[in-house]
Amino acid sequence: MLNLHKSEFWRSFRVATWLGWQIESNWADPLLFVIYSIVKPLASASILVVMYGIITNSNFQNPLFPYIYLGNAFYIYVGAVMGGVSWAVIDDREHYKTLKYMYVAPIKIPVYLLGRGVARFLTGSISVFITILAGVVFLKVPIVLQQINWPLFFLSLLIGIVMLAMMGLLLGSITLLLVHHSFGIAEGVAGALYLFSGAIFPLEVLPAWLRPVGFAMPITYWLELLRRSLVGNVAQAFPTLAGFSNLDLFGILVVLSVAFGILAIYAFRWCDYRARERGLIDRVTNY
Amino acid sequence: MSSDVTQPQVDSIYKPLPKVTGWRLFLKTVIARAYPRLIGQQREKSWMFFDIFLPMLAVSAYVFVYRAIQAPEDYVGFAVMGGAMTAFWLNVLWSMSSQLYWEKEQGNLALYIIAPNQMMAILLGMALGGMLATALRAVAIIFLGTILFNVTFVVSSFLQLLVVFMLSMTALYGMGMMMASLFLLLSREAWHLSNLAQEPIYLVSGFYFPIKSFPFWIAAGASIIPLTLGLDAMRQLIFASGPALGFVSVKLEVSVLLVLCVVFLVGAKLLLDYMEKLAIREGRLTESRR
Repeated sequence: MLNLHKSEFWRSFRVATWLGWQIESNWADPLLFVIYSIVKPLASASILVVMYGIITNSNFQNPLFPYIYLGNAFYIYVGAVMGGVSWAVIDDREHYKTLKYMYVAPIKIPVYLLGRGVARFLTGSISVFITILAGVVFLKVPIVLQQINWPLFFLSLLIGIVMLAMMGLLLGSITLLLVHHSFGIAEGVAGALYLFSGAIFPLEVLPAWLRPVGFAMPITYWLELLRRSLVGNVAQAFPTLAGFSNLDLFGILVVLSVAFGILAIYAFRWCDYRARERGLIDRVTNY
Repeated sequence: MSSDVTQPQVDSIYKPLPKVTGWRLFLKTVIARAYPRLIGQQREKSWMFFDIFLPMLAVSAYVFVYRAIQAPEDYVGFAVMGGAMTAFWLNVLWSMSSQLYWEKEQGNLALYIIAPNQMMAILLGMALGGMLATALRAVAIIFLGTILFNVTFVVSSFLQLLVVFMLSMTALYGMGMMMASLFLLLSREAWHLSNLAQEPIYLVSGFYFPIKSFPFWIAAGASIIPLTLGLDAMRQLIFASGPALGFVSVKLEVSVLLVLCVVFLVGAKLLLDYMEKLAIREGRLTESRR
């Protein structure tokens, strides 16, 4: 029985990953697809670089610069993974009109949705890598391979990706029940988190009454851990999280990720039940 | 029908509509296509929230970056203005350039071609309706940005500002009409191309910083996009430090915008005629490639 469950879990994930990759990549020839995957994030990073360069007379040695640059680079994962998982509901229900067939297939729907996010994770990883590489080569972002805290980096990255996938599942669950605005929800949440998680500016720049929102979000701690693992001296430059050790941050990240994971699982169960009960699985809103 | 209704009465009720041709038909088509863009906005007011909320998030993020690096306050205003103008660019991308592709997907495009009106009038209607609806959003973003971030405007000439804005919009939507023809032959690539033409254009057109920051020839090349010069000229006219940070003089920018208006509108007409013929000949008007 256990084996059957494992097999169903794995099959759902594997097939969804393959399907997601086909949908993401088969609209263009590989070269165009690679250009597409690179140009957008580089342009986005360049806006910040130019803004920073104009005001500081290109003082890229200031610790604020790697703070902004790396935060922006890793934030690509937020839109990619979280949006990728939740977008699968819209894509299958509204565009391809296949969600009902997925429901009758012998697969686990939450696992299927998580699998659909993998393709975006892969393309997102390329974008993150290229963005950071461009920063190191052209803008002297102070990443030294020998000084990177690799265990902290990979562990934080892994937990963060799982956390983002679960947040995507949470959004996907809500999307199951939405008629209107399901298209904007992932973009809206990603945009809001970009603002509140201190991705591109330290949290103390925010008005004091907004800072608690940032402190409640696991992404804030995740980005800080990634920065610290790559360029350790960044942490000392800003008072926001300077009082926390790496272990403190890691603990907070794990606790918040587990909390969001549990929330996502329960939210999916409830939303899935409501969607089936109200006949929303095969609905096409044409909205 | 009751027997006591006479034939003349029937004729008066079922009188055929007078045949409309020429410029009247053109005008009616423009109004008919602009109408749903404006009325649609009223019927689903909650869209306004997303249309204003999402750009405001980006604007706020850039404003806080400027604050973090202690930029002069006028740069906050630059970011707010740029954020408001993104509404027009997004409208041109998603509701002009990609529109014929969406219409094709939904099966309306063939009906547009069959109907006895000009495609140019349909595109113009889309442009006018979209422009007016988007102007409301842009104003809302500027208003909110001004309130939230205490932006100070020092308008040197309202007349020039109005002229620059109108020329920028005419050229921009002319460009959108031209791109609509090109996108007509695309399938899913249309979605991705529109998606791709966001951040790179925000970058090269200086939506969030003065375009003067770029080397001259890069800024000059980016001026092919009407919002580049339009935004630069508007910043020169409404911010105290605008003239010092302007790319070239407002007069020159107005002249270039005039040229762009003509080029894009004529280009739109020529391309539309060509693409329409091509699409009909290749039988791609009714295809739907998901």
